[in-house]
This record gives sequence, structure tokens and C-alpha cells, in this order.
Amino acid sequence: MMLQFYSLLALFMLLLTLSARPMGAWLAPLAAGQLPARWQTFDSALLRVAGIRDTGMGWRQYALAVLVFNLLGALLLYALQRLQGVLPFNPQGMGAVEAGSAFNTAISFVTNTNWQGYAGESTMSYFTQMAGLAVQNFLSAATGIAVAFALMRGFTRRESADLGNFWADVLRVSVYLLLPLSLLLALVFVQQGVPQTLAAYSDYTALAGHAQTLALGPVASQEAIKLLGTNGGGFFNANSAHPFENPTELTNLLQMLAIFLIPAGLTHAFGRLAGDRRQGWALYAAMSVIFIACAIGVMAAESQGNPLLAALGVDGSSGNWEGKEVRFGMAASSLFITVTTAASCGAVNAMHDSLTALGGMLPMWLMQLGEVVFGGVGSGLYGMLVFAVLAVFVAGLMVGRTPEYLGKKIEAFDMKMVALVILTTPALVLAGSAASVLLAPGLAGLANPGAHGFSEVLYAFSSAANNNGSAFAGLSANTAYYNALLGIAMWLGRFAVIVPVLALAGSLAAKKTLATTNGSMPTHGGLFIGLLVGSVLLVGALTYLPALALGPVAEHLMIWAR
Amino acid sequence: MQHALSGTATPTATPAASALWWPATRLLLGLTLLLGLGYPLAVTGLAQWLFPAQAQGSLLQQQGRTVGLALVGQAFSKPGEFWGRPSATASTPYNGAGSGGSNLGPANPALAKAVAERIAALKAAGPLPAGPVPADLVTASASGLDPHISLAAALYQVPRVAAARQLDAAKLAQRVRQQAEQAWFGSDATARVNVLQLNLALARS
Repeated sequence: MMLQFYSLLALFMLLLTLSARPMGAWLAPLAAGQLPARWQTFDSALLRVAGIRDTGMGWRQYALAVLVFNLLGALLLYALQRLQGVLPFNPQGMGAVEAGSAFNTAISFVTNTNWQGYAGESTMSYFTQMAGLAVQNFLSAATGIAVAFALMRGFTRRESADLGNFWADVLRVSVYLLLPLSLLLALVFVQQGVPQTLAAYSDYTALAGHAQTLALGPVASQEAIKLLGTNGGGFFNANSAHPFENPTELTNLLQMLAIFLIPAGLTHAFGRLAGDRRQGWALYAAMSVIFIACAIGVMAAESQGNPLLAALGVDGSSGNWEGKEVRFGMAASSLFITVTTAASCGAVNAMHDSLTALGGMLPMWLMQLGEVVFGGVGSGLYGMLVFAVLAVFVAGLMVGRTPEYLGKKIEAFDMKMVALVILTTPALVLAGSAASVLLAPGLAGLANPGAHGFSEVLYAFSSAANNNGSAFAGLSANTAYYNALLGIAMWLGRFAVIVPVLALAGSLAAKKTLATTNGSMPTHGGLFIGLLVGSVLLVGALTYLPALALGPVAEHLMIWAR
Repeated sequence: MQHALSGTATPTATPAASALWWPATRLLLGLTLLLGLGYPLAVTGLAQWLFPAQAQGSLLQQQGRTVGLALVGQAFSKPGEFWGRPSATASTPYNGAGSGGSNLGPANPALAKAVAERIAALKAAGPLPAGPVPADLVTASASGLDPHISLAAALYQVPRVAAARQLDAAKLAQRVRQQAEQAWFGSDATARVNVLQLNLALARS
């Protein structure tokens, strides 16, 4: 079984590495704001239709544009859910979504989290799924990529106030990148068995003798962008474990690749913009090291099985099967679990609540690292670049030199922004978890007793504040308390990070770019990769080990000590 | 935030509000039309044209009547049928409009209790081979609609099904093996069987 897993992991990393380069080549002109000449005519027509003038924005203007655009997006999505009963494409006659749930879901999809307190097939009309949820799948992804572009420009422009134009970035990323990729992937999914229809649910008498109603819908179109945009919000409650969302081993592999495709491509695009592709590969390598280690850890934990069930006469040698699908097995489930939480996707092909204690701890920890191991589209890169600044700062302290990254001197203001970015999400996660295990409405949601109940809460806030969206789904989160608190955590986890990132971008863009000398620390070699991985792991470990000890570690010891 | 950060490099003045709200509204509505209607309807049109069977959900017909979907499991429970995975879907097992798993944690006593009951039900339904129970046969799947069981779980049920249908157990096991699908990079230990298609094949013969 381990051999099967290593083969699959090797195939996955090979395909991902091969696709990072072409994706980077596709992304780099968009990031640089310099489209190839043959695109100019179409591009100016597109901008004219959209009524956009591609004028440069300073960081404040860029940040305001991000906030306004996303606020409007959230309002529109809230309205669509509340009004879906009177809107078209509603063959099942779904009524208005309850206000608290609609609030939570609107924020959830706008912030690229796609936390789902509702069950899709019994709540949302086809219109809400298509024109509401899937649109935000595109736009939240485009927002993240745009912010990453702005930070890349900050590093690579000299004495400039211009971070690019947010409207033009969102439009171009949506139309030139996300739309064609989604169209292609959606059709492959249909060929493999993912439905795409506007007809009502299917009723029939099953061979087994019972009546069966099968939820259908425009699933494939939503599925494609759900993964490419690292959104993760499923059409159905069971998400990518549902045979209609993820029917085969091939779709499962494509889903995992789709999740990492743009984050991996962005590292390469960054290298191209920096004029030194090794800078991009260094980030890619740092991400890959953490990812591969965690994937092996999850697989090792899950294939051990559950000794409490083995005591009842269950075959423990085939692994921990509760909450997994047979067509994926231990190997493809473990890999997907790691991919979806290393990236801030949150689609699931297994129920994370039923993972072994340590198999559930690793995905939780990957989220807590700040979603920088490939991470969300855009957000993974800007998060990792923030850690890169931290890494050169730490190195600078060690040798007593002014830290530099890509020729930009890192100064006090920059480090304040870095600190804000790194401290915001842990504050949200730990404060939210602590409050919820002290307050009655928080405790009321727990589905599992003991340490695992605490893990459910910790996982929920880790997922929300880091904009992942996966869950230990036993937690009854569709309550006024959790809808409100997790909604706030998602909003702040997204935008209280984006604003300082853009401030950092603005500050960097305004600086001179210093020439590289023998005294500069190289940021493309093994030493820097080690330093970067160390910074990410150290911050993550110091912040979360006490909380993890109370949850999954305690649970593991209880299970295996008996 | 705005105030606290003043005094740093801020080259562009904050624009008038109208310069933000109007382009944001226009872009949001325009992209909603393109990505929220144009895109899914285009995929629907192309899918219905290129892959009509899959786009409708891959229905399986028997004597002109839909008896199931190749991709979705059913709640088989008779001794003469192969059983699928236990299902934790909302309200009834294998509810195709309420997918989901049990979400029971590994140490939850409710999980051990449910598994013990399923083992008892298997024992009550007919003869079983010696040895441990295949884990996937007594644990709930993630979707509650899992169409497959492991090859081991199918072979484990052969004595019961053979007795109920008065078939030769060795020949039945042979047929089960023929229906098995190999997993990528897998072995017999990771092979699987589609339960509905196995039962359909049995019903036909």
C-alpha cells in the first residue's frame, strides 16, 4: 500500500513540476502587465466593453478597490441566496436561504474560503450555484491572484508608486486564465461522468428495491473552477467524495493537479518577473518539501487503521476506512487530504472528521501554517513571500547585515506589515477556538466527545481564518453563533491580511533596487530554502503546538495507550 | 489602518468614492453574466452535445426501466445480494439527495458500537469465511453513496450469496474476481468491485 502511495505521489509531483513552467509562462505577462502584441487589440476591446481604463494604482487605491469589489460581491451573493425562491433555474423549488447561513456563505465564498454550513443539494437553487457561488469561485480566485501580482510588482518595480490596476487584473485573470482552463477541465469531468444538466433531480426505483432520488445539476462547470480557484465549495454536501463530483481515479488526480496548478505556476511567474527563475524554483522547492513530508505523514497515519475497531475483529491492515471512498483508497485519499489543506482549497474526498488522530492533525497544521504550502491561488504566493521576507530578516539579524530580498532593503515598516500578516490569523484561530470551548453555544455544536470535540472547534477556526473551508464536519456549524463568528474570522483572515500585504507591496515598489554584491545573501539556493522552510515551520510550531497537544495529540495517545 | 499607516510612501492620493464604486459594480455585474450564466450554459450545451449520457448522470437501464446509476451505490440488504458500504446519508441510507459521511471520530464510542452492530448483522445474514472482517464493509463511506467495495469485501460475502442463490461458491468467487477493477499502481489488496454492476450481472444470469 505504501508503494502504491509513493508511485502516486511521484506521478503527481512529476506532472505538477512539468506544468509549473508553462503555467508560469502564461501568468508572467499578466503579472507584469505586458500582454503580447497580438493580444492588444482584443485586450483593449475587452477593457472598453468593461468600461475600465488601465491606469496605475497606488497601494491604498488598490486596497480600496479590493475591499469595495469584494464587499459588493458579498452583498450580491447574499441577495441571490435570499431571493432564490423567485429567481429562475430552480427546478427543486428551493426557498430563501436562512439569513445567518446566507451571511456566512456569502462571506465564505467571497473570501475564497468556501466553508459550507449548508448541504448544497438540499439548500441551493441551480441559479444560486451558477450565478452566485460559482461566480465568486472565479472572482475570489482572481482577487487573490491580483493581490499576488501587486506584491510581485512591488518586488520588481523600482521607485514606483504603480502597483497596477485592480479592475484590469481581475478582468484579465478571469477571462484569459480561469475561464478557458475551467471550460476545458469541466468537459473532461463530464466525459468521466460528472453531470451537467439543468433538469430536475432524478427519481427511480433502485435495483435494491428502494426508491432513490438523485440530486443532479450543473455540477461539472462548478467543479472545475472549485478546484482551479482553490475554492473548494462542493455542489453537493459530500463534496469531492460524491461520485458525481469526483467519479474516478483520473478525475481525482486531475482535481489534485488543478488545485496546485496556479499556485505552482505563480512561483515560476515570480521567478520570471524577478529576472531570475531560480528565485521562483526556490519557493517551489520550499513548498514541495513541506508538502511531501506531510503527505507521507498522513498516509502513514491512515494506513495504520484504527486499533479500537481491530479489537472488534475488523481487518486493520487495509487502513482507516471510516469516511473514505473505495475508489480512492488510502493512497489517493491521503494525497488529496494533504493537497486540499496545503492549498487553501478545502474540497474533500474523504471526511476529515473521521481521520485518525494524527492523520487529522497534519491537515489542520498545514492550514495553521498560514496556507503557504502552495496555498490559495495568489494568497499562497503572497503568504510565502511574506515568510521569505521574514527569513531574510532573521538571517540578517544572525549575521548583522541589513536584510535584502531581490535587491529591496527590508526596513522597519516592511517588518511591521510582515508581523501583522503573520500574527493576524493565529490570533483569530486561537481566540475563536478558546471562546467557543468556553461558551455554551460553542460547545453545543460538538459532535464527538473528548479531545476530538476540541479538535473539531480548532479545525473550524483554523479553516475559516486561513480561508481553507474544509471541516471536521461533525461540528454543527449552521447556528447563529458559528455562522457569525466564523463569518467574521473568514473576513478578517482574508482582508486584514491583504491590506498589509498591499502596504508592503507599496513600500517595496517605492524603494530603489540595490545591485547584488558578494555580500548579498543568495535567495535561490539550498541555504535559503532551508531557512524559508524553517521560518514557516517554526512560526507554525511555536504558535499551535500547545493547542494541538490538547486535541489530536491527546486523542492519539488515548487511542494507542489502551 | 489608514491613519496608522500615514507617513509612509504613499504616492497616489485616495480617489473619489465614485471612481471605485462604479467600476466595481460594472465589473461585478458584467462578470456575473459572463461567468455565472454564459460559462455554465456553454458547458451545459457542449456537454449535452458531446457526452449526453454522462451529462444526465450515466443511467443504467434494465428492461427499459432505470434501475440505478453506474456511479452511485444502493442499499442492498438481501442475503442473495452483495452488500455495499454502510451509508450515513441524511434520513435514510443511500439518500441520493442528502450525501455525507458519519463524521464520527476514531475514538468515538458510537463508531465502535455501529461497527459491532454491522458485524453482528453480517453474521446473522448467512455463512461467513473465517478471519477478520474487511474494514470497508463495516465502516461508512465519505459520500454515503460509494458504489464500490473492496475485492476482499466482495469475496467475504461469497459464501452467503452462494448459499442464498444455491450457486457454487468457487465459481461465484471466480465471477467476482472477473468483475474486479484494479486501482492505479495497486494490487489485489486495493482492487475494487462495483456492487450494483455485480448484482445486475447476478440478476441477469
